[in-house]
Amino acid sequence: MALRQLPPITPGLEETLYPGTDSLPSGPLAMHLTLEFGGGLELLLENSTKVHKVEVPLKDGEGKVPMKGLLSWVKANLIKERPEMFVKGDSVRPGVLVLINDCDWELCGGLDAELVEKDVVVFISTLHGG
Amino acid sequence: MREGFAAFQATNKSASWVKSPKPGAHFTIRAFRPQPPHLLPPRRRHFAAGRFVEPVGNSPTMDSSSAAGARLPPSRAGSRLCVRCGERKAALKRPKTLEQICRECFYVVFEDEIHQTIVDNTLFKAGERVAIGASGGKDSTVLAYVLSELNRRHNYGLDLFLLSVDEGITGYRDDSLETVKRNEIQYGLPLKIVSYKDLYGWTMDDIVKAIGLKNNCTFCGVFRRQALDRGAALLKADKIVTGHNADDIAETVLLNILRGDIARLSRCTFITTGEDGPIPRCKPFKYTYEKEIVMYAYFKKLDYFSTECIYSPNAYRGFAREFIKDLERMRPRAILDIIKSGENFRISTTTRMPEQGTCDRCGYISSQKLCKACVLLDGLNRGLPKLGIGRTKAGPGTDGDAKQRSKGSERNTLSLQGKHGSFDF
Repeated sequence: MALRQLPPITPGLEETLYPGTDSLPSGPLAMHLTLEFGGGLELLLENSTKVHKVEVPLKDGEGKVPMKGLLSWVKANLIKERPEMFVKGDSVRPGVLVLINDCDWELCGGLDAELVEKDVVVFISTLHGG
Repeated sequence: MREGFAAFQATNKSASWVKSPKPGAHFTIRAFRPQPPHLLPPRRRHFAAGRFVEPVGNSPTMDSSSAAGARLPPSRAGSRLCVRCGERKAALKRPKTLEQICRECFYVVFEDEIHQTIVDNTLFKAGERVAIGASGGKDSTVLAYVLSELNRRHNYGLDLFLLSVDEGITGYRDDSLETVKRNEIQYGLPLKIVSYKDLYGWTMDDIVKAIGLKNNCTFCGVFRRQALDRGAALLKADKIVTGHNADDIAETVLLNILRGDIARLSRCTFITTGEDGPIPRCKPFKYTYEKEIVMYAYFKKLDYFSTECIYSPNAYRGFAREFIKDLERMRPRAILDIIKSGENFRISTTTRMPEQGTCDRCGYISSQKLCKACVLLDGLNRGLPKLGIGRTKAGPGTDGDAKQRSKGSERNTLSLQGKHGSFDF
């Protein structure tokens, strides 16, 4: 509805004008991902929720998000406390396992792995109790 | 000359023939039984790992057979096939061998390596009663699962029990004990819980109220070790197994070096300890990487509890742990190499080692008149909780001797150090 009231714009210009705003359809501008946090990492999130269905805004308009981008998005948008338990430098903290669609991210390119629509990313800490 | 060249050609030919992809060929068998894994030449393993990957990865079966079940991964540039079966999509990279293997093959090698560790070190004898120290955490949960599986599969003939210690930590242990109670049903293993309250008259909550958050881990560690032994005695167990993994052991080696604790350094890599005592304990996960334990638990959807103990900041061990994890990221073999260094450490014969006796009060093994638990308990009950914490005080003349003896008394806590540790600094 909101879209109709906007002046007509050429496709592609949308993103420059209204990056990530809610008034635009989320289809081409955001990617739907399922994120799971386990092994104690869920405690860093709101209400300790383990599974998060999220929409991550796309920047390059290519329909892909690199893992590196997802990590900074998670740190900025989901992690509520002690971010140092989750990230270290520009990667996850050593000892946090990452699986993309149930596959070890070390096999998918690690930080450079490119996520596509409906991917499932799992983060598990190995650093808690035994 | 000519002959030599022909021979060279011939070997060259056969070498290129060997390189053609043959899924399931003999190389995987090496990696299949890497016990002791650190003895395998690293180059060989790299070669074995890389060998099947490239050619087989291009095969048309790439997407047709996925073991992932419901969540079928979309094919992406990084998709590779398992180097072991050559059929299914690889699900993880093994830190120990850098091999890329699928879930099913991972289950097989993971369980088989533990079986091999058990067999090679003759950890058990048929008919033994074995208490599994179960905290509800990842390591002990996977240990309970794998051990009951192997016991069935290979007819070890063991009577397995779950043994848990209730330290009395509200909001932590009470929750994790619920996990152990579920494991009791899931794996069909009888569970025994012993509590600090029953054994010592104090819960950890009470102890922290009395002494604060500074040395509480010392109490907990000393008490837990005895509690496990006493629980095992109640179960009439012949052995205790704990879930200490390769990462834990590497960490302990490092800590013992950092503290100059030679006596512990020499023992901390033993797979079985306390063989002179009433109930020996062993660590079947000595060579098992934490990453693989967590992956196994995740893929098998095992039910485990993961929350940091509310009383354990234990910063020193935390740093060592982080250091090990940093090393692992750069070079996964570092963990096995640290264990190897610990194993090959030799103490000079002139180093004085503590002698072992029994506690005058409770009869528990001790190198001093009273065991550490009795000393600590004494302090608590007399309102002097600092008693037994820190270095033993002694006259200047007897100083060296006292230090040696005091180290000996700490010996008892050795193999039970959890991640939250039982440390005297």
